[in-house]
Amino acid sequence: MKTDIEPTSTSAGSPPQVSARSTGRAGDKIFLGLSRGSGIALLVIMAAIAGFLAYRASIAISKDEANFLTAFEWSTGSTPMRFGIAVLAYGTVVSSIIAMVIAVPIAVGIALFISHYAPRRLATPVAYVIDLLAAVPSIVYGLWGALFLVPHLTPLYTWMDKYLGWTGVLSYQGGAARSLFTVGILLAIMILPIVTSVSREVFRQVPKMHEEAALALGATRWEVVRMSVLPFGRSGIISASMLGLGRALGETMAVATVLSPSYLINVSLLDPGGGTFAQNIASHFKEANDNGRDALIASGLVLFVITLLVNGAARMIIARRKEYSGTAA
Amino acid sequence: MSDTTIDTTTPRASTLQQARLPRWAPLGLAVAAVAAGVGIGTAAGMGNPFQMGLIAALLFVVLSYAVTAAVEGGRQAKNQLATSLVWLCFLIAVVPLLSLIWETVNRGKTVLDGYFLSHSMDGVQTILPGGGAYHAILGTLEQVGIATLIAAPIGLLTAIYLVEYGRGRLAKVVTFFVDVMTGIPSIVAGLFILSFWIIILGFGYSGFAGAMALAILMMPIVVRSTEEMLKLVPDELREASLALGVPKWRTILKVVLPTSIGGITTGVMLAVARIAGESAPIVLLVFGSQAINPSPFEGAQSSLPYYIYEQWQLGNEASFDRAWAAALVLIAFVMILNLVARGIARWKAPKTGR
Repeated sequence: MKTDIEPTSTSAGSPPQVSARSTGRAGDKIFLGLSRGSGIALLVIMAAIAGFLAYRASIAISKDEANFLTAFEWSTGSTPMRFGIAVLAYGTVVSSIIAMVIAVPIAVGIALFISHYAPRRLATPVAYVIDLLAAVPSIVYGLWGALFLVPHLTPLYTWMDKYLGWTGVLSYQGGAARSLFTVGILLAIMILPIVTSVSREVFRQVPKMHEEAALALGATRWEVVRMSVLPFGRSGIISASMLGLGRALGETMAVATVLSPSYLINVSLLDPGGGTFAQNIASHFKEANDNGRDALIASGLVLFVITLLVNGAARMIIARRKEYSGTAA
Repeated sequence: MSDTTIDTTTPRASTLQQARLPRWAPLGLAVAAVAAGVGIGTAAGMGNPFQMGLIAALLFVVLSYAVTAAVEGGRQAKNQLATSLVWLCFLIAVVPLLSLIWETVNRGKTVLDGYFLSHSMDGVQTILPGGGAYHAILGTLEQVGIATLIAAPIGLLTAIYLVEYGRGRLAKVVTFFVDVMTGIPSIVAGLFILSFWIIILGFGYSGFAGAMALAILMMPIVVRSTEEMLKLVPDELREASLALGVPKWRTILKVVLPTSIGGITTGVMLAVARIAGESAPIVLLVFGSQAINPSPFEGAQSSLPYYIYEQWQLGNEASFDRAWAAALVLIAFVMILNLVARGIARWKAPKTGR
């Protein structure tokens, strides 16, 4: 649409009114075209990501001798490739669930702390500190996790094994604690900021009247939170958690640094082993040949689709809430 | 039970008011809990301050609940329980951040000096101390710079479209996908450039390929923050300008953007800080190098996040030291960007009167 516009005189000057108006219109068209073009470019990029990944993935899957969804192996070096995503899917889901279970209650607590509990002088710095937590690069979390967190978790795991080992899920055979559970703890720390900041925003929007009504009836602060803040913020907490889940699912380098991977599913969460989609890609990329790269792209496509669904659902919940509160206000 | 005590023993308290704990009670309980925690910890022979802290925290939660329940009754006790749990959440969140910064500064400063900042790893034996991260710092600056040059204009224009022009379906679709794009894992952006640029188009590994992936990650962040800032510009300013006969595009360029430029700059800088720490696309696309490669368009480069990963993988004390030092440089870079960005936001906040 830009091409059919004749070049216009750029000098603004003070010509008669008519020519000034026409200059403006042409400029408007160019500007609208440029800005709309950028918006469309974004959509094209999204489509291209899906398209190119799907194309390379289809090549890889057609060469796969094993079942792509259920195989417990990843050998892409030799010509008949055998690889499957079962272990990766398990590891990704389990580590993310652990992260959610730890992070969401704490994040909601911090959000409440900032919005309703902290003295005002403390609330702003605390919010700032939580934002700083988000600014720390993931590889630094990985380094810290591998060199500080892992050795410090060993005594905790030994203790858990002593009292909860009979469950099987929480048994621990010793060695470096580079397991899915450790990954879950690290991911929990990493997604804490996003869950906190989204929940905090929602809690801040709770109508003052609701809270004051509860207070006037003699409610304690906890009862105010339970009766007016949490019900209002429920959908916000859900979508915040899903945004956090999206982060946890796709986290790469921190997991690649901390986890000691294997292509077996361990019953125990505390023993080393397992893997996640993103970690598998980062760890195996360097040694992969052309076929191997396509196989990794195939697993990346699965990750892409999963995160797309999770994030899309989270955004839909937020959008619906916005409309709802917009009409109510 | 509290009613009876009020009626008989304390004549000054009216029946309208329940018995209350004195104001210093939570503080006193906290001190008692910490003392008990340390006591139990040393008695049981635990040298770990974190475990002691955990015991103290649990003791405090239980103690304050019990004491409040005894004096003030069940509802107040529940309130007290919720309050202490919320405070506990906050403390739990601060612990990892402090620990991370402490570790990084403490272990990073051992090798961080002028030599480290001005030399590469070329020809350095990896198990020996020495070498530096100059090549990585240079790579990071170039890749992030190129990514910003690609992403900032597109992001800015998209935000202008959404706020100033966007009505109807296209705008809604773009808004939704910008949101979804925010959640794309960085490794997926890397895989996309890999399949498109390197496998299909046949270009080699280069800093530019990494920069394109970083740009994809940066775009939605820029759009989101710019959008917020443009929405803050009061409509009266736009209307005044349009009423004077100024065309819309000049209104946007001369009125809307200057008003919000502080916030937009902040948003872009925060986005830069965000992508500067991305390592996954770099591993896939830039491939890493030991030597200084000043050209982002030809040959493998390094970058700070990649350098940290690489040095960690080498797995010896000298390389761990270098990894920590590079982590310190990276954190300092990101934090300074953050602080400056927020400073600009405060200094140039749009005077909206809202």
